[in-house]
Amino acid sequence: MSYDLLKSVVVLIALLIAGGVFGWRAYQLLWINLRRGQKSPEAFGRWGERVKGVLAYVAAQGRLFRVLVPGTAHFFIFWGFLLLSLTILQAIVEGLFAFIDPHFKLPIIGEFGPLALIQDFFALFVVIAICYALYLRLVVNPERYKGSHKSQGVMVLSFIMTIMLTLLVFNGIAINLHKDSIAAWRPISTLFGLPFAGLDKTAQFVVGEIAYWLHLGVVMFFLTELPEGKHFHIVTSVPAVFLRDLDPPGRLPKAPEFDGKLGVSTVNQFRWRQMLDFYTCTECGRCQDVCPAYASAQILSPKLLMMNLREHLTARDGKPLIGDPISEQVLWSCTTCYACDQECPLFINRVKTIVDMRRYLVSEGRMDAQLQEALAKLGRYGNSFGQSERNRAKWAATVQPKIKDARKEPVEYLWFVGDYASYSPSVVDITRQTAAVFQRAGLDFGILYEGERNSGNDVRRVGEEGLFEMLVEKNVAALGKANFKTIVTTDPHTYNSLKNEYPADATRNTQHYAELLDQLITSGKLKFSKKLDYTVTYHDPCYLGRYNGVYAAPRRVIEATGCRLVEMPRHGDRALCCGAGGGRIWMEEGAVKERPSESRIREAVALDGVSVFVAACPKDITMFRDAVKTTGSEARLVVKDLIELVNEAMT
Amino acid sequence: MNLVVPIKLVPDLVEELVIDASGARLDPDALRLKLNEFDDHAIEQAILLKEKGAGQVTVVAPDIEGVDDALFTAAAKGADRLIKLTGNWNNGVNNHALARVFANFVETLRPELILTGVQAHNDLDGAVGPQLAEHLGMPYVGYVSGVVVFDNKAQVRKEFPGGLIAEMDVVLPAVLGIQAAEKPPRYVPISKVRATMKTAKLETFPAAELETAGAPTTVRLFQPETGARATMLAGDADAVATRLVEIFREQGIL
Amino acid sequence: MNSDIFVVIEHLRGQVSDISYVMLAAARGMANATGGKVIAVILGHDVETLARDLAADRVLYMEHAAFADFSSDAYQRALEGVIKEHAPRAVLFGDTTMGGDVAAWLSTHLALPLVSACRTFRADAGALKFVSQICGGKMMAEGDLPAPTTLVLMVPGGYKPEQGRAAQAPELARVNAPALDDLRVTVKDYVEPAVGDVDVSKEAVVVSIGRGIQNQDNVELAEELAKALGGVVAGSRPVIDQGWLAPTRLVGKSGKAVKPKLYLALGISGAPEHVEAIGDSEMIVAINTDPAAPIFDIAKFGSQVDMLDLMPVLTEKVQQAKGL
Ligand SMILES: Cc1cc2nc3c(=O)[nH]c(=O)nc-3n(C[C@H](O)[C@H](O)[C@H](O)COP(=O)(O)OP(=O)(O)OC[C@H]3O[C@@H](n4cnc5c(N)ncnc54)[C@H](O)[C@@H]3O)c2cc1C
Ligand code: SF4
Ligand code: SF4
Repeated sequence: MSYDLLKSVVVLIALLIAGGVFGWRAYQLLWINLRRGQKSPEAFGRWGERVKGVLAYVAAQGRLFRVLVPGTAHFFIFWGFLLLSLTILQAIVEGLFAFIDPHFKLPIIGEFGPLALIQDFFALFVVIAICYALYLRLVVNPERYKGSHKSQGVMVLSFIMTIMLTLLVFNGIAINLHKDSIAAWRPISTLFGLPFAGLDKTAQFVVGEIAYWLHLGVVMFFLTELPEGKHFHIVTSVPAVFLRDLDPPGRLPKAPEFDGKLGVSTVNQFRWRQMLDFYTCTECGRCQDVCPAYASAQILSPKLLMMNLREHLTARDGKPLIGDPISEQVLWSCTTCYACDQECPLFINRVKTIVDMRRYLVSEGRMDAQLQEALAKLGRYGNSFGQSERNRAKWAATVQPKIKDARKEPVEYLWFVGDYASYSPSVVDITRQTAAVFQRAGLDFGILYEGERNSGNDVRRVGEEGLFEMLVEKNVAALGKANFKTIVTTDPHTYNSLKNEYPADATRNTQHYAELLDQLITSGKLKFSKKLDYTVTYHDPCYLGRYNGVYAAPRRVIEATGCRLVEMPRHGDRALCCGAGGGRIWMEEGAVKERPSESRIREAVALDGVSVFVAACPKDITMFRDAVKTTGSEARLVVKDLIELVNEAMT
Repeated sequence: MNLVVPIKLVPDLVEELVIDASGARLDPDALRLKLNEFDDHAIEQAILLKEKGAGQVTVVAPDIEGVDDALFTAAAKGADRLIKLTGNWNNGVNNHALARVFANFVETLRPELILTGVQAHNDLDGAVGPQLAEHLGMPYVGYVSGVVVFDNKAQVRKEFPGGLIAEMDVVLPAVLGIQAAEKPPRYVPISKVRATMKTAKLETFPAAELETAGAPTTVRLFQPETGARATMLAGDADAVATRLVEIFREQGIL
Repeated sequence: MNSDIFVVIEHLRGQVSDISYVMLAAARGMANATGGKVIAVILGHDVETLARDLAADRVLYMEHAAFADFSSDAYQRALEGVIKEHAPRAVLFGDTTMGGDVAAWLSTHLALPLVSACRTFRADAGALKFVSQICGGKMMAEGDLPAPTTLVLMVPGGYKPEQGRAAQAPELARVNAPALDDLRVTVKDYVEPAVGDVDVSKEAVVVSIGRGIQNQDNVELAEELAKALGGVVAGSRPVIDQGWLAPTRLVGKSGKAVKPKLYLALGISGAPEHVEAIGDSEMIVAINTDPAAPIFDIAKFGSQVDMLDLMPVLTEKVQQAKGL
């Protein structure tokens, strides 16, 4: 048998084996496993948006650039891989058809000069990018990689490196041997051929063939490895982005129910689209890097959570999910701040997945005593303070003129005050200032008095779906009695739930007071009597910013009061959570290194000249005022609500 | 094992207590009732016992407003039978009458163990448990914070002042007054309570004639006099701390 | 009709408890009004020692092996006969983990009325009135003490125990115990509270924390304050239940009674079960954000500031004051 025939046979066998292994594994993982999952309506519809998403987030790698240098490196590796997959294809086909023509070229792909030029350069870029990636992983080793499979990562990088280098070598030798008709289009390959140009033809042929076999061998081996671990994202990322959850992040899906229990306790109870997330995680650790829970106690890592869920899914042993390593504590640690989901290049959803598992814990009654007490109070009194609902509007007793009862007379704005603003002794003063500002701006507004209940946003995120539904029913009934055009809320958590989760006909139009103030200022209804002279920084509440995209309005309001705004390094969609969300404010704190709120205050204190820390959420006020005390920053910083600035500038 | 838990509702102290025009009663319109906290522990203890061995838990309550919620919640936790005793409860009822009604009915259930809350904050004529025990001719132990059941006896932990705990044997059938269940009452998700509302059956039985003898009649209710109240220190934490240090000095504490 | 007032003396392991003296003090006032005598009833053994400082006119006692420990069954059966025979105007029991097991049973068994949670008595034109403390101390109920015989469960707070003590031992009269075989309630064993920790009942400064402390991490703030004041930290039951303080630090009905020079109650609402054990403190200072908290009724000074704000500031100021 001639060498060329042998080559064809070996390539064919290798292709069959590697393709078979890959196909079988991929079938198991993607077909068999995902089919065990539940229905995923969130993965369909709005196709145009989905196509755009693929272009923006896969083709343009949109989210990767949030971490600039590694993102750029990935961009080149990704595109290099895509472009060079054609040369790999060429290499395989060349081998397959060697028995006919040892220099068989694919039409166009193998003979088109400009493409060859691009490919040639990209091969170089990939080599450079891989060098950087190896340097990052082995030398820099940033915190975000902690817990990722390091050897797997290095192995994949070495594979790609080998594939590129061997490609350039055998291309270079082909050029040396004048077997490349478009040699002029391959300057880099030509360069890689130079070191071998001195050897005689046979020696060069042998080196070329060795490079070819290495190239092919690694490609085939890589193919068999592809379905294992993080590299599977090469396969799943396009469908993951294409079929990503397009529901608003602030709208949780209804709780799944199995055997009369709400929530998810085994991996097959997840929706298949959630499962796809588990496979798609690249272990890049960007989520871990921004996670407040990880930073404060290192119990929950959003990345490890994904990796552990993947293990459950591939193991297929039907073991209970919650235990080791996904402990109850891991699940309760999440503040549902959405930073991880916002950061993930592949749109992996953690919050929804965590809440699904929390729902199960709640249905089993597994929670700490403090949370249990808070839920019991919410169930009985409709507020977490355990105070009588009859006292809900007690703060308003001293407000003159009396605030309208929206249940009794029509109003333009229905002000949904919320628990903290109504009951917390430390924030009711701010609530009264809000009323004063509204009154001075001549707003036609009213409140629901005793009719209002906790909106249930955090109740739902704790996993108490039934209680959430009950609160919704009560609020919807109270809203039904009122005649209004727009709802304005004090609390961003309330805002989120009313806007995204309540029946739209009950809530109509929902605004946060920052948005309303912004409108009132722009329309000239709200006028200031003086300019404030503070240098301030602004904290974006998670449920206002990341969840609902309200970033500009509060900033415009701050500037309108005359204050100078200095941004913290983590601002906008990168803002650090105060630590209170997702029901954390009701739970036992446990051992922490540094509370998120303290880390945040330190961040603000480090800014030059900033003396006021502005927030736009009653829970934030509570958390940050405490953190100012515990970090001993009283002399440097005061925490003020946005409304306090506005009120001050008006009087 | 046949376990029976008679429960009662008491005024929720979160609401303001208003004395009615007669001056001798709390204004029923301002009141909101809730399950007596210790009865909640009794239910929990009964369910814990049921979970440890076979058994049936029956919860019995007077049929007054708000009791359905308490009963359904008990069922969602694991109670098997829910019974409401219908009668003329409108004017409130003292524990002597309640104990007679309970005794009258509970006897028909042939219980081996009756668990009651050791007390309630509105008891003015003693707790229900020991009275029930007398009517049924059973022994009674109150302030119990742990129960193990053997063939025909219960081994209970009873708390004495000073934290001393006695381990006692009680011959069954018996009545126990529960101060604290072995574990704090569990949380049942609302969805489960709601599902239980659809499936669980509330049985109603007529209560025996209410016989209130044995309790005192209140002539007057009043809020504890406020004359002896503390001198309140005003100001923020800093001002209060400064004032306290002065006071500590004057009193020779510092 | 017998106008005597009977007091069932409560004792545990050779010690007469404070509530017994409180009842004797109350009984003296009642007896003055009725013109009867104060009769202490002791079920136990070594009665001389137990009776030596009781401010009673006479002691009726029963001795029986069954009284070595507290058995509700034994007490019920033993007292049944005594009460029936003497039919006194009132029989006082402690509204405690012991009296509570006995009085209500006797009320039903003997068809005698029962008043519980009674704090004080009042004589009004010859008629005896009771005042009971209900609804977690938020409400008082007053009524006539039904004649001819009423059983009463008494809570502390209305009378000082010292007034129930006498320098001289009263006269003793032995009563035969009924047959007490086949007791259905028997003590098998005692579990001692954990020892080795400080004894809060003997400390001069007690910084006591309640549910207002909110979480375990804040306990440290109280520890620091106590250290500055030269005292110890104690707590109400929720704090002990959470495991944030050792059970030996519990103040109240189920814990220790304290009598410090300063009792600083932080975030404690003032439930009767707690308050009853702090009444002998020389000065109570209460910090509670709720202006209506009953703790302010017995505190000398109070403030509505947030305890979490106050603790660090106060610690610092106390340290400063000591440094000067
Ligand atoms: C048989 C029996 C025995 C008992 N024995 C005892 C006993 O030995 N000891 C005992 O203590 N209890 C005992 N109890 C329990 C008792 O009834 C009360 O439940 C308990 O004392 C309440 O504790 P608390 O005051 O800490 O909590 P709560 O009643 O919940 O009061 C907490 C208080 O803290 C205030 N607060 C909250 N946050 C702050 C803040 N930031 N700053 C300032 N104030 C704040 C609130 O306004 C509230 O008044 C017993 C009960 C029974 C039935
Ligand atoms: S979940 Fe997303 S951000 Fe986190 S490690 Fe995986 S791919 Fe990276
Ligand atoms: S939502 Fe926030 S707290 Fe939860 S895992 Fe993601 S980053 Fe961490």
